[in-house]
Amino acid sequence: MRLNVTVNGEPKQADDVWEGESLLYVLRERLGLPGSKNACEQGECGSCTVYLDGVPVCSCLVAAGQAEGHDVRTVEGLADGDTLDPVQQSFVDAGAVQCGFCTPGLVVAAHDLLHRVPDPSDEEIREALAGNLCRCTGYEKILDAVRNAAATS
Amino acid sequence: MDFLRPTTLDEALALKAERPGAVPIAGGTDVMVELNFDHRRPEALLDLTGVAELAEWSTSDGQVRLGAGVPYTRVITELGDVLPGLAMASRTVGSPQIRNRGTVGGNLGAASPAGDTHPVLLATGARVEVASVRGGRTIAAEAFYTGVKRNALEPDELITAVHLPPASGAEQFAKVGTRNAMVIAVCSFAVVLRPGYAGVALGSAAPVPRRAAEAERFLVAELPWQTPVPLADSLKRAFAELVAGAADPIDDVRGSAAYRRHALGVLARRALTWAWDDYRNNGGERQCA
Ligand SMILES: Cc1cc2nc3c(=O)[nH]c(=O)nc-3n(C[C@H](O)[C@H](O)[C@H](O)COP(=O)(O)OP(=O)(O)OC[C@H]3O[C@@H](n4cnc5c(N)ncnc54)[C@H](O)[C@@H]3O)c2cc1C
Ligand code: FES
Ligand code: FES
Repeated sequence: MRLNVTVNGEPKQADDVWEGESLLYVLRERLGLPGSKNACEQGECGSCTVYLDGVPVCSCLVAAGQAEGHDVRTVEGLADGDTLDPVQQSFVDAGAVQCGFCTPGLVVAAHDLLHRVPDPSDEEIREALAGNLCRCTGYEKILDAVRNAAATS
Repeated sequence: MDFLRPTTLDEALALKAERPGAVPIAGGTDVMVELNFDHRRPEALLDLTGVAELAEWSTSDGQVRLGAGVPYTRVITELGDVLPGLAMASRTVGSPQIRNRGTVGGNLGAASPAGDTHPVLLATGARVEVASVRGGRTIAAEAFYTGVKRNALEPDELITAVHLPPASGAEQFAKVGTRNAMVIAVCSFAVVLRPGYAGVALGSAAPVPRRAAEAERFLVAELPWQTPVPLADSLKRAFAELVAGAADPIDDVRGSAAYRRHALGVLARRALTWAWDDYRNNGGERQCA
């Protein structure tokens, strides 16, 4: 089937989409947006997190057809041209990135948190990031990054 | 595989009648895992996210009617005061991303013995509203779960809503797992107290989520309803034993049967204490929000 979806503000079309494939697959393999990562395909790791109509979801659990006509924002859509979003810049500055596989999902989840709760407590940060796994950093630098982003934005 | 996108409930029911083999998909948090891992290859998917009627809730005749497609996040933010037990269970589901998509209708459709909403639906005395082109009916929660991952739906039926009474006393839900987020319950427990009523139910401790009828009768008879005093240890222990006795658990990767029985007793004791304290501090009657 042909899929019409708005991605990062631009109307996109993908052809030959299999009805049961995930939005994550469409983004990565059909629309050339490999920022969202595929690590578990079962909702456990959060590395595929994107905004769907402004709400963070695991794109691996959204059927392609469910995104028809909807609005998707991926990690690629957060920066303003060459200027990183404050959350992205904080991840760089805090050294919250090691292998980087978890980073896009964490950045989207943290971006959403700071949108809803501009000055979150540590508990709120932990709760908001509970659906994102990182196997490298031990999370401390990630928490630093989110605290810094809250302080600077 | 076909992808069916109804935009009204009537259209969805007509499609389901025509294609009983079509698998409904709401939040997709159960269905997509099965598709991604090739555990399921249905002839068609019936996407319910475009059906606005399923994504609404309302109050009438003293009951909350919660549309099958309302995601957990909205249950928590919009109904936390009115349905505190269901909101508590919803908060423990998966992660923020899962709660943003997953629905009570999907939990009922999957009918996993470990589904977190089931003990609350049972303990509150909820009814499941289902519909087909033949008409609608409501099914008491305890008649809805018919076996491991099986429910009382006919092939042409869809779940449209659940009906629950708003809290008028105290409601508690508790679950045991290895961490606070993203855990399937090793066992789970709900207790609901209203003037003269006690609802008690357990999850992940029998082939289907079930009520603990003897424990309910015990509370109705033994709680000091008229005198708001703290509960005696002996009462809590007797209650915990009845709850553990109502379980019929198995050994699996998440825990042994003996552990589940023990943990349920502990959950029962704690949750009853919280619920009773809440109940007596609210003078037995909670004013609805
Ligand atoms: C990472 C992860 C963590 C999870 N954690 C938990 C947890 O902590 N607790 C818990 O209880 N569950 C958990 N789940 C399971 C799942 O999120 C829940 O069961 C959720 O309620 C399913 O809702 P959904 O809308 O996503 O259902 P879907 O996946 O869309 O559907 C689930 C089933 O219900 C059927 N269905 C859906 N809607 C209807 C309807 N209106 N009428 C008839 N049939 C219908 C579908 O055909 C399917 O069989 C988790 C899942 C994942 C991936
Ligand atoms: S790839 Fe989607 S949650 Fe892991
Ligand atoms: S940096 Fe490697 S998984 Fe997080």
